[in-house]
Amino acid sequence: MKITEQEVRRVADLANLALREDEVARMAQDLGGILSHIDKLNELDTTDVEPMAQVLFDAEETATLREDRERPSLTNAEAVGNAPVTSGGYYKVPRVIER
Amino acid sequence: MSSPLHELSIDSIRAGLLAKKFSAEELARQSLAYAEAENPKTNAYLTLSPERALTAARAVDAKIASGEDPGPLAGVPIAVKDVIVTRGLRTTCGSKLLANYVPPYDATAVIRLEQAGGVILGKTNCDEFAMGSSNENSAFGPVRNPVALDRVPGGSSGGSAAVVAQETALVSLGSDTGGSIRQPASFCGISGVTPTYGRVSRYGLTAFASSLDHIGPFGKTTRDAARLLQAIAGRDEMDATSAFAPVPDYVAALDGNLRGLRIGLPREYFGGLESETGDRVTSAVEVLKKLGCEVRDIGLPHTPYAVAAYYIIATAEASANLARYDGVRYTTRSASAKTLSDMYRMTREEGFGDECKRRIMLGTYVLSAGYYDAYYLKAQKVRNLITRDFAQAFQQVDAIVAPVSPFPAFKIGEKVKDPISMYLSDIYTITGDLAGIPCMSVPCGLTAEGLPVGLQIITRHFDESTMFRIADAYEKASH
Repeated sequence: MKITEQEVRRVADLANLALREDEVARMAQDLGGILSHIDKLNELDTTDVEPMAQVLFDAEETATLREDRERPSLTNAEAVGNAPVTSGGYYKVPRVIER
Repeated sequence: MSSPLHELSIDSIRAGLLAKKFSAEELARQSLAYAEAENPKTNAYLTLSPERALTAARAVDAKIASGEDPGPLAGVPIAVKDVIVTRGLRTTCGSKLLANYVPPYDATAVIRLEQAGGVILGKTNCDEFAMGSSNENSAFGPVRNPVALDRVPGGSSGGSAAVVAQETALVSLGSDTGGSIRQPASFCGISGVTPTYGRVSRYGLTAFASSLDHIGPFGKTTRDAARLLQAIAGRDEMDATSAFAPVPDYVAALDGNLRGLRIGLPREYFGGLESETGDRVTSAVEVLKKLGCEVRDIGLPHTPYAVAAYYIIATAEASANLARYDGVRYTTRSASAKTLSDMYRMTREEGFGDECKRRIMLGTYVLSAGYYDAYYLKAQKVRNLITRDFAQAFQQVDAIVAPVSPFPAFKIGEKVKDPISMYLSDIYTITGDLAGIPCMSVPCGLTAEGLPVGLQIITRHFDESTMFRIADAYEKASH
């Protein structure tokens, strides 16, 4: 299966990756190779097969509901402690809207 | 110098502590010193945590001094894969993006280990965000296999397997999404366990592919691995996908009695093996027969489609899970970005390694407009077929035995240029993750070159007990 460099750029945009030119070319080749292997799935007729999103086990419908009670959460300092840039207890990012 | 842990097990450490032969603090200090001296050979630890280890060890000693039960893992030196968060202790996920990330909370598995008396020595190297089969995708350099230093330890939990083989920790925690515990266990000659999906809480495990991710233990012996699983298994309200099923006494199941147990050999798992790997697995099956197992051929006909289905599902989920590494909350940020959009794009471009980018791209592609039915939905249907294969097999047999990997540990650099051949090497482990059933690797001998081979044991959902019983009886019979 062939993936064009244009398609790679479109997908990189969706994924918020600023790929370099040399990466675009290699990615086109790598993805093409992997997708060719993946084409193997078309050998199987899956018309009447239910899709399986998750491994599910029997449990009561309300099993995952819990009591609504107060419990400690992260402090503001902990929550922003790993951010590269903060200001006044907030995450700070570059300007979004130009005036 | 031999490791202070060389002759020890979880049970013998507990017995030694209670008999006052040594203290937990002494053992922790010796183990830390040994790990610090030996680690440069393998690069298996990324971070040692002496302060945390000694605090935990002293707490164990204090309990013993006051006559309290110090817990089932009392004083046991443990290493934790660096995708599992530890409060106040750097957790990198093997990624440059998180080189300085210090989590504000502990994973549930970590809390449970320490509550049981475990002593965390440090955090282990791994493929970036657990994506890889060789530990060559770490931003902090590859891990070397302690058995053969020019070879990979397997991946992605390569560091966690290496520390146990190198005896710089007694046991460790890894994570498995497509084989990342069993394959490194087999490459390093130790036991590694992928429990039933949902058996161990993933709260605090950095998400890679949420419908496939597991936390599981490594140990020199099955008994140690079973003890470790015992301590971390069970429902956790912080992880809605963790299972309610009661946790049986795994060690009580190690009674050595395999008489009449029906074992299936899936013919699809014996086609593409290197001959020595096949020979070791076949010899192990002979041992199981001598122990009274009834062995028969079975079919798992959709096995050849597993890698394709897996690389759609896992990358689709990964592309969503890795969206959070954007330069805002946890990660480093690109210095050159002037706008918000460039900040996302350049932080991710500069921060992610090649394999992560490849998987983010593939996952984004298969989920993009117009492709969903052809790829993601199709893969989910095939996942169902693979799961049904196992359900049907388990109507005829109690356990399935197979190789873990088609070949033993390969040389560092040997496969890095060929992602597809690297992916295909996970063929025998991926199926168990897709079905969510418990599976483990137990050592079954060496090749002529001295490289370990692993025997895979697979059982029904939540039947870890039978899996451990077989592995333990085999281990004892083959030594």
